[in-house]
Amino acid sequence: MKRRDFLKSVSGLAAGAALPAMPQVISSAYADVRSETLLIVSEGGPNNLDIHGVGTNVPGYEVSWNCYDRLISHEMKVGPGGVPYYDRDKFKGELAEEFKIDDMSVTFKLKKNAKFHDGAPVTAKDVKWSLDRAVSVGGFPTFQMSAGSLTKPEQFVVIDDYTVRVDFLKKDRLTIPDLAVIVPCIVNSELVKKNSSEKDPWGLEFTKQQTAGSGAYRVTKWTAGTEVIMERNEDWIGGPLPKIKRVIWRMVPQAGNRRALLERGDADISYELPNKDFQEMKASGKLNVVSLPFSNGIQYIGMNVTKPPFDNPKVRQAVAYALPYQKIMDAVMFGLANPMFGAPKDKPTEVAWPQPHKYNTDMEKAKALMAEAGLANGFETTISFDLNFAGVNEPLCVLVQESLAQIGIKTTINKVPGANWRTELNKKEMPLFTNVFSGWLDYPEYFFYWCYHGNNSVFNTMSYKSAEMDKLIDGARVAAATGDMATYDTDVKGFVDLAYTDIPRIPLYQPFVNVAMQKNISGYQYWFHRRLDYRAMAKG
Amino acid sequence: MLTMIGKRLMFAIPSLIGVVIVTFLLTRALPGDPAAYFAGPAATKEAVEQIRKKLGLDKPLIEQFFRYTNDLAHGDFGSSLTTGQPVAAEIRSRLPASAELTLLGLIVSIVIAIPLGVLAATRPGSWIDHLCRITTTAGVSLPVFFTGLVLVYFFYFRLGWSPAPLGRLDVFYSAPPTVTGFYLIDTLIARDFEAFRSALSQLILPATTLAIFSLAPIARMTRASMLAVLASEFVRTARASGLSPTTVIVTYAFRNAMLPVITTLSMVFSFLLGANVLVEKVFAWPGIGSYAVEALISSDFAPVQGFVLTMAVMYVLLNLVIDILYGVIDPRVRLEG
Repeated sequence: MKRRDFLKSVSGLAAGAALPAMPQVISSAYADVRSETLLIVSEGGPNNLDIHGVGTNVPGYEVSWNCYDRLISHEMKVGPGGVPYYDRDKFKGELAEEFKIDDMSVTFKLKKNAKFHDGAPVTAKDVKWSLDRAVSVGGFPTFQMSAGSLTKPEQFVVIDDYTVRVDFLKKDRLTIPDLAVIVPCIVNSELVKKNSSEKDPWGLEFTKQQTAGSGAYRVTKWTAGTEVIMERNEDWIGGPLPKIKRVIWRMVPQAGNRRALLERGDADISYELPNKDFQEMKASGKLNVVSLPFSNGIQYIGMNVTKPPFDNPKVRQAVAYALPYQKIMDAVMFGLANPMFGAPKDKPTEVAWPQPHKYNTDMEKAKALMAEAGLANGFETTISFDLNFAGVNEPLCVLVQESLAQIGIKTTINKVPGANWRTELNKKEMPLFTNVFSGWLDYPEYFFYWCYHGNNSVFNTMSYKSAEMDKLIDGARVAAATGDMATYDTDVKGFVDLAYTDIPRIPLYQPFVNVAMQKNISGYQYWFHRRLDYRAMAKG
Repeated sequence: MLTMIGKRLMFAIPSLIGVVIVTFLLTRALPGDPAAYFAGPAATKEAVEQIRKKLGLDKPLIEQFFRYTNDLAHGDFGSSLTTGQPVAAEIRSRLPASAELTLLGLIVSIVIAIPLGVLAATRPGSWIDHLCRITTTAGVSLPVFFTGLVLVYFFYFRLGWSPAPLGRLDVFYSAPPTVTGFYLIDTLIARDFEAFRSALSQLILPATTLAIFSLAPIARMTRASMLAVLASEFVRTARASGLSPTTVIVTYAFRNAMLPVITTLSMVFSFLLGANVLVEKVFAWPGIGSYAVEALISSDFAPVQGFVLTMAVMYVLLNLVIDILYGVIDPRVRLEG
């Protein structure tokens, strides 16, 4: 109330004497609006409202998730710390009333009363058009679809107005999960077709600016770089009607201000704060802070195995013994991460990913390995990192630099601007670097296929190639598709072991997703995409 | 007068052409590949090439330049890749936000700095002179983002007097219909006093931040220029003729001391627009500076070029206004023009 008094006195001077009676009335009306509105503050906002668009950024995924429906979604289970967590293995219909998985296809029956935001019914032809669009537009959406062996429009068959069949190209355990990620969202085909052109047959320019889905929310106002306002879709049938009527998502670039807004109670929820802030807010207990590990995600130190002396496994092992793991956990992450190092010597390898390796900081061993490699006097190299995540990467690299100096490896730190990072990764020229990879689909073979396979995808940042590794990864993929779990288990253990003996990339920790919210906010759910799902949230 | 304005505008054309060429070349010389950036983290080499083609970046530089100037001639600044919006529209909506903030900051600064400078000059060595020295030194030595954060910390976080630093309006108010783009004026036109109140209270902290930063040059220049004028012969004559001190200082001395102050003001205005970038970041202000910086970080050419060009045009206009003001203040300048 102090604030209002102050405003009254200040603006009263400028606005004249006629006003003082008005604010009370208006303000109580605002109070009602406030209780049904969720105010989110974050550093960055979307650059495109459609995940199928060219270069849609991660905040854009959050809009898509909440404003569009998919055929199926995941069930919830209780995760670490009692937080609702998506269940990797259980699916439920969202637009689909029921679905039947056969040997080489899956058939979806659509809910008959589903409507798009403009009132048009959701039919099988919308589903087909949307899935065709996802596999055809190129770039990230098409790439993500192909991860589940969904690559051709012919795979999507309309049976009748409310029945769609998806044919499998080959058996792939990831096909069904890939239909529940953000990309295969169902778009209002008639509306978008009306607004497309010859140059832009999929209407990407139209959906960039507005949402054309059937989801629980729709964007009513979007000022790029400033705010997104979303209103609840009262006719949503994908699940129970959400409790939050309106979502206001404001971009606040200053992390300190985001924290102040939370602590003053002006903002309801925020993420993307420095680890130190999260740790302090957790300790003070005024806010609810949820920290959960990234599913299938790891921050690592990578070494390019085509750049001597990193082609020598002894040198790579020496580096693995020289890294200051615990210091990084304490001074960089403030404990908000799962350690991925120092597993006990006798611990058997598990059929799981991520899991810790057995290296620990041991300078004597590192020096001995360097000597064995004939590099007792060390060498010089550069360590690179992405400036977009400088808050973590910079102190991390400084600690690594300091440690490596002790075994004679002199490193210069190379800070790569965010805009260049991807180009640099693609070139595969950096000898030593730190990076994060995390996969939406939480399967070990998925992670290894992108990061260690000899087909050398952009995520195989180490240019690592090994015939044995490829055999194990391919083996596990086939075994998973055919349900041969015994072979699957040996292959997974095999590739984890190989990755840790050859050690082209050294896992440091599994980072946490940190979200801070007011005590009266409930219903936060952890999703594989790590963004907010407003549909389950409630205030008060 | 009109011929003078016409002449001045003619002179501005070569510099604008220069600005167009230089910004075009500079943005192209930036490190970073927009095609790779927008292709996303998982893109293959082919996908990057596809996007490069889509953006027209595979064409020779000279062709890109002609296409760019042709678009410019049609008033098309291109589209931003990061925000997905046409640059011209974004600048149009963001420039008033920056201008409102900068102008208000400047006005606050002038209202404090000029009397302070005049008083310091009339009483050199007195407590007010020292006060002037201390405030200006402190103001200029504190970086703007630091002043901004400190103000937010005390007035918002600690005391709760100021509203949340969330841009131009409280989140629960809607923006007034755009007439001038200045919320203070538009809300009054719309007779939405509640929104006016909100807009004003949102402006206080950022405008104060800018004012603190710009106090120093204005106050120091006023003081120095006043000192010189007060020591000149016509002031001595005026005093000897028995004119009251107020008449001497305000009517004779101050008017003559104004010229260098006006020049300083134009300089201050231009570096305030620069300092704005940091203030905009701290206060989540949807202005033009933060827009340009974000574009620069992601190698997004069109907004950077649009920003530099807009600024160049503004400087040309600003200089013109200053020149006209010279003429108004000092008749001798008018004759030479």
